[in-house]
Amino acid sequence: MNRRRVLAGSIAALALLASACTGTGGSSKGEDAKAPDDPSKVSGTITVLTHRTDLVQDGTMKKYAAAFNKTYPDVKVEFDGLTDYEGEVKIRMNTENYGDVLMIPAVIEKKDYPRFFASLGSEAERSAQYRFTDYSTVGGKVYGQSPIGVVPGMIYNKKVWSRAGITDWPTTPAEFLDDLKAIKSKTDAIPYYTNFKDMWPLSSWTNVNGSVGCDTQATTRLAEGNPWADGADLRVADTLLYDIVHQGLAEKDPTTTNWEASKPKIAKGEIATMWLGSWAIIQMQDAAKQAGVQPDDIGFMPFPAQKDGTFCAVTSPDYQQAVNIHSRNKAAARAWIDWFTDVSGYADDNLALSPLKKAPLPTVLKPYQDAGVKLLDLDDTRGGEVKTLDNRSEVGIYKPDYRQELVDLARGARKGDLDGFLDGLGEKWTEAQRNAGS
Amino acid sequence: MMTDTTRRAARPVTEAAPAGPGPVPAPRRARLWRRVTPWLFLIAPLALLITFTYAPIVDMVAYSFTDWDGVSPELRYTGAGNYRELFTRPELFEVFFVSGYYLAASVVQIAGALYFATVLSFNVRFRNFFKGVLFFPYLINGVAIGFVFLYFFQDGGTLDSVLRLFGHDTDHAWLGTPESANVSLAGVSVWRYLGLNFVLFLGAIQSVPGELYEAAELDGASRWHQFRYIIAPGIRPILSLTVILSVSGSLSVFEIPYIMTGGATGTETFVIQTVKLAFQFNKTGLASAAAVVLLLIILAVTWVQRRLVPDDKVELV
Repeated sequence: MNRRRVLAGSIAALALLASACTGTGGSSKGEDAKAPDDPSKVSGTITVLTHRTDLVQDGTMKKYAAAFNKTYPDVKVEFDGLTDYEGEVKIRMNTENYGDVLMIPAVIEKKDYPRFFASLGSEAERSAQYRFTDYSTVGGKVYGQSPIGVVPGMIYNKKVWSRAGITDWPTTPAEFLDDLKAIKSKTDAIPYYTNFKDMWPLSSWTNVNGSVGCDTQATTRLAEGNPWADGADLRVADTLLYDIVHQGLAEKDPTTTNWEASKPKIAKGEIATMWLGSWAIIQMQDAAKQAGVQPDDIGFMPFPAQKDGTFCAVTSPDYQQAVNIHSRNKAAARAWIDWFTDVSGYADDNLALSPLKKAPLPTVLKPYQDAGVKLLDLDDTRGGEVKTLDNRSEVGIYKPDYRQELVDLARGARKGDLDGFLDGLGEKWTEAQRNAGS
Repeated sequence: MMTDTTRRAARPVTEAAPAGPGPVPAPRRARLWRRVTPWLFLIAPLALLITFTYAPIVDMVAYSFTDWDGVSPELRYTGAGNYRELFTRPELFEVFFVSGYYLAASVVQIAGALYFATVLSFNVRFRNFFKGVLFFPYLINGVAIGFVFLYFFQDGGTLDSVLRLFGHDTDHAWLGTPESANVSLAGVSVWRYLGLNFVLFLGAIQSVPGELYEAAELDGASRWHQFRYIIAPGIRPILSLTVILSVSGSLSVFEIPYIMTGGATGTETFVIQTVKLAFQFNKTGLASAAAVVLLLIILAVTWVQRRLVPDDKVELV
């Protein structure tokens, strides 16, 4: 697309340009990437854009491609690992050249999916087999598929927790705080590590949404109501984070934390707890192996809240793979996505939840299964709307900023009180809702 | 140094000119060539300048009148809507208070650079070594500096260890509070840019003819008098340039705080805020408007400054 050139001309050209762009988009809009019937007839070279630069570098992706070639001998798969995935793909998507298969960047609005990606099939047909289909459904058609699912939770060091005399998972935020206090007084470990400096670990607190109220409609509630109303999930979560820091149960200087360094620290028991997700377990276990300590000490527990005596945990997709609508090898691209989702074993390799509904739970979630933790698949029909609200209000529930401010508030580096802060967020949010309605 | 390089760069042109009007007037073709040649040389830099500076600026100004989100093929013309929003949200301009820290720091920076440049312009032992030491930080990539200083300010990091050597057990979270964090970051900025100012000053001082110093010494002028009556007036143009660069630099600080704190704990600057608007909240239109406003503010400040302190020609001899 020639957008930049046209724009350089004048502002008056904008109207022309907008129509030109929708024009090019329209010609291919709504195209499908159909699954090929005969694997031996599919051919071509496809480029897969991925955020897993580590897997590209250590050759794991090549191994997947080799396994894929056993079924599809004539398809050549190339990988393009991007360190700043979001940033780079966002810019490349202004052209037609953004690979054949790519992960849908978070910045793309749901309503724009049909302009950028070829459909994988109807929601009705795919949702029977796969999880997370509604995360990329527009107008009844599905545009992406996540190869893994993750479950949020507290990563904790079992040894440290038991040394502090704790045997059961805390069931309320208050109990959780008491446990952290016990850890602080009885062990040398840092009870909770915020990973403040690296930011994104703080944004994962938003994944609490749904766990407290045990509600599959949690996302819809964000779209309709105030996420920080009394007793609402996010208010419970943010209050807990505030209390942890306010009561001195977090690391001493959050502003200079280090994610990579936090991994061996929790493995060795210098850190007791971190709120992350099931995806982090394997990384912590690897860190334990490297540090020469027991990988089994890495434990995983749900958010400390129960509804009617059971814990709830929401499942959420990772990046969703999609086919570029401008791809010349849509059949091959589709074949890759299907193979990667169904056959590759990628989910197992990452100890993650399989996107296939019939697949058994991964071993890392065994403790959840044993404790009867209820796994919730959130209804994401209004997910796109929530994202729009989030950007419009500049609150950023999927971004780290407001939680950094919350942590600053809790440790006294920022003026104000918790209620005022959370109410202020709610106000911004509901105001954006009103403006969207008008 | 600035005046020096311009003078030297100007020389080839003036030298080429006298070669022309020889006894016989050059043929038409040669004259044409002579006129075209400088433009041929200019093609490369001009092309780069237009592609990477002016075209994006024109684009940015165009985006600032739209509601573009940075990726969607759809964008609507919203007139002055973004500017109206910008000026009805005073909290967006509060971040300029942070620039105050950097402005204060640049005073320290200029004073320091001037001091070192003066001292090292005289015959000091290990002169070149010290020049290298002072200029070195400017050569390091800003991102690397950010990471290095993260370790430096860490709890129990380099700074704490050094202070402990001298018996100070501060136990202070250097990036912990807004004041402390901004002062620390401004300190890093001084460390980084002092070398550049120093080199500019040193060049200017060395372009002052040596006879002047000799004459001054014969007349019994002290080092302070030499500075006051020869060096200071001699480097005035460079000094005013440096002040302009420092002021515009303080208003548009980005790299160091963005890498070290990401704008957390009250260290957010106007540019960081703009980047967040554009790339976190996908308000590319609004962010472009903010960038245009920043550009105008800097131009205005520079204009006022030039008005207050006109850049007169200085004649030393």
